[in-house]
Amino acid sequence: MNVPSRPTTGGRFAALLSVVALVVAACGAGASPAPTTAPTAAPTEGPTAAPTPAPTPEKPSGKIVVSNWDLYFPPDLIANFTAETGVEVEWSKHTTNEDIVGKLDASNGTGFDIVFVSAPFAEGLNNRGWAETLDHGRLANIGNLAPEADKLGYDPGNTFSVPYTWGTTGLCYRSDVVSFTPSSWNDMLQPKPELEKKMTALATDRWLLLPALKSLGYSVNETDPAHLDEAKALLIEAKKHLLAYDDTTFYSKLVSGDASLVVAWDGWCNYGIAENADIKFIVPSEGSDLWSDTMVVLKSSGNKTAAYAFIDYILRPDVAKTVVDLTLYKVPNPAAMALVDAATMTAFPNLGMSPADLLKGEPERDLGDAAPAWAQLVAEITAGQ
Amino acid sequence: MRRRLLLLGPAFGWWAVFLVLPVALVMVYSVFHRGTYGGVVPTFTLDNFARALNPLYLRVLLFSLRVAVITTVISLLIGYPAAYVIATLPRRWRTPVLVLVIMPFWTSLLIRTYAWIVLLSPKGLINNGLAGLGLIDGPLPLLYNEFAIILGLVYGYLPLMILPIYSSIERLHPELREASSDLGATPFRTFLRVTLPLTLPGIAAGCIFVFVPSLGNFIVPDLLGGGLSIMVGNLIQGQFLKARDWPFGAVLSLALIALMGVLLFAQAWLLERSRKQAIDG
Amino acid sequence: MANPGWGRRILRAEFALVVAFLYLPIAVVIGLSFNESGLPTAWTGFSLDWYASVVGNQGLLDAFRNTLVVGVVTTVVATVIGTLLAVGLERAVHSSLIDSVVYVPMIIPDIVLAIALLSFYNLVFSGLLHLQLGLWTVIIAHVVFDIAFVAVVVRTRLRHFDRSIEEASMDLGANELRTFLKITLPVIAPGVIAGGLLAFTLSFDEFIIAFFTKGTAETFPTKVYSMIRFGVTPEVNAIATFVFLVSITLVLVSQRLRGSEA
Repeated sequence: MNVPSRPTTGGRFAALLSVVALVVAACGAGASPAPTTAPTAAPTEGPTAAPTPAPTPEKPSGKIVVSNWDLYFPPDLIANFTAETGVEVEWSKHTTNEDIVGKLDASNGTGFDIVFVSAPFAEGLNNRGWAETLDHGRLANIGNLAPEADKLGYDPGNTFSVPYTWGTTGLCYRSDVVSFTPSSWNDMLQPKPELEKKMTALATDRWLLLPALKSLGYSVNETDPAHLDEAKALLIEAKKHLLAYDDTTFYSKLVSGDASLVVAWDGWCNYGIAENADIKFIVPSEGSDLWSDTMVVLKSSGNKTAAYAFIDYILRPDVAKTVVDLTLYKVPNPAAMALVDAATMTAFPNLGMSPADLLKGEPERDLGDAAPAWAQLVAEITAGQ
Repeated sequence: MRRRLLLLGPAFGWWAVFLVLPVALVMVYSVFHRGTYGGVVPTFTLDNFARALNPLYLRVLLFSLRVAVITTVISLLIGYPAAYVIATLPRRWRTPVLVLVIMPFWTSLLIRTYAWIVLLSPKGLINNGLAGLGLIDGPLPLLYNEFAIILGLVYGYLPLMILPIYSSIERLHPELREASSDLGATPFRTFLRVTLPLTLPGIAAGCIFVFVPSLGNFIVPDLLGGGLSIMVGNLIQGQFLKARDWPFGAVLSLALIALMGVLLFAQAWLLERSRKQAIDG
Repeated sequence: MANPGWGRRILRAEFALVVAFLYLPIAVVIGLSFNESGLPTAWTGFSLDWYASVVGNQGLLDAFRNTLVVGVVTTVVATVIGTLLAVGLERAVHSSLIDSVVYVPMIIPDIVLAIALLSFYNLVFSGLLHLQLGLWTVIIAHVVFDIAFVAVVVRTRLRHFDRSIEEASMDLGANELRTFLKITLPVIAPGVIAGGLLAFTLSFDEFIIAFFTKGTAETFPTKVYSMIRFGVTPEVNAIATFVFLVSITLVLVSQRLRGSEA
């Protein structure tokens, strides 16, 4: 940055300002392309005596804006999709579910064609009336989904969302450091001394409460205040033994040795396993959740044809398989899982969890009116003592 | 009158349209209901204000105040001497050295915070270094506690303390200090009686620049505090983004803004008084 | 003389410690950017792989360029408006109440400002005017708080400003504008520069307001935040180091140029 030694005179200032004005104009005009374009009109059939044949499906074209976490699409997925269909995809990156939904709240459900959000948030979007009711007739590959994927509590029949990845939550630990094999949520809630300050828990509300709720035999969507208070007491006590709450770097803490046992999503535990084969993942005996990240088409989208095409593309086994390779998550697409090579499946045992097993987990639901109470509960747990 | 318009107009105009209007619109939500799935239902209620009286929120506020005050004091103690040194350098070195001090802040705060995690972790660079030198037995608890939060905040806002203090020291005539020492005052006395009072506006500005964002910060308690002790910023974030309870978030924001407004005016009033005293006294 | 030398040495030492404190994490970032593994857990060898990776990462480069554009434009606009405001408050306002108004943008929590602005943009820009959100909406938002910071810093310089020089200038025939540009501005220039530096720094690293108001564009902080899923990926350290080295170079070059004309 060039720092002027003499103050600018009026002349130089004016020149600078006009340059700036030009730059701003150029940026404003060119930088942000329109999010959607109108779909091409379907060819109309002329009137005939014979019964009108079914209209030919529209060819996808134009552009769509998709919001998804960074690094959550395999590197070539978008490029390949565009090469095949000609549809441009603008990938807007969000960091958390709350961020993208916060944006939609402020923009009244507009600004995107597809958003990738976790299940309870998808349900929330639908409850607000922003999710498009899906016409499965426009998704040729919808049959690739596992039959269990049709029975997800937050959206049975996948009427407004299509699952992208799914999995469960459990304990991820260093088997070479921890002297016993963890099997219960209480191993983390009422830890042995060797785990003192060597554990992390998930920070996001739903998963922060999960260990306590499950250990008490309650639902992950619990709303009974008495039950929630019980969970709160357990968690406040457990917090004293935690190293930190961590949603994103807990697996590297395991690798570095800063932590020995962490609460983790199954896929994330795999990132740790990839770096240290002594790391293992278990689902505690009290049971856990079934989380899924889903694709939701927004009602406000102006290019639903292309949106459908994009989702359909992802449902192809060869494409879904690349998602597994990148994220080390499971996808609800049995044909895709079958394509994953054996070495990967051996290295990461939890990839082999069957859909039937996954269905034993309880999906998170939108909390509706209970959301403020949950937020207050989490605040009470995470406030300093 | 026309001059006043030219000078104040752009700023006040910009703020009227892009600050007052939008924020006022959101603040109105504080008397509305939260919709079942988020959003706002425009029926009047004072429930949100009643909820805010929960001692939980006071607890978080007091903790945040404590952290913010400590951060500000430390930043002042560290920042003032640094600003003084820069301001008394030979003229052609002042701006470059100032830029040198600012430059770390052109690398993203997130990246630097993660670097602090690398440094402060139980198996991080500092602990490993000290253990390697045989100076410690077990790792020092440098991370995921109040110490780390304060360190992170001081680190993050130090330039905001240094810049205004630099600006106000720099314009002092060196003759004032020379005159003072000619009259027999020790450098320390000169500093106390001449420099310090005259740079009070810079100090006040620096303190506000550090205190206010420290109070509302949510990143540092999250990353360096390990989420173990939330601050007011986390609370407000949580209401808008997690609970999607804009009405209650608006109430908490109003409370925070009101508190800071009061502190601001107190600060302005004190400054005004000291100015009058300097003139009269 | 022992006394002043002693005091000065303590001050200089303190300053050196402050600089060391400020640069410690930077040293870590630079070190990691050259570490082959990219991880802090082990040094596996010197490598430029991450820099190569950055050059190939178009998204990262675009985001960085966007942040520069936003930063420069915001700084220019906010510095001009903020300086005018500072002069106006100093000269034309004699109420400490209105004086304190300049702090109001700072005491609004950023998440509130972010959401408020997005709602407002949605209503007015997207809704009524059918304009897309983009870098320009980020700039508008950043200018809001940057004006305040610039104004405050410039004011610290304006206080006790000896107006008799200005009066003398005008007695000698210069009009107000000329007096301002030739007499006042040079005197407050260090304050204006400090304010501008501050404005640029604040805008450059700002995340939350940018995230909500940027539409589908990407700024460097929002890009870095979104990459954080896996902890800081090493490319990010490389680009941070690169920024740092470029800044140092610019400072040294500008010093050279000033030295040659001084």
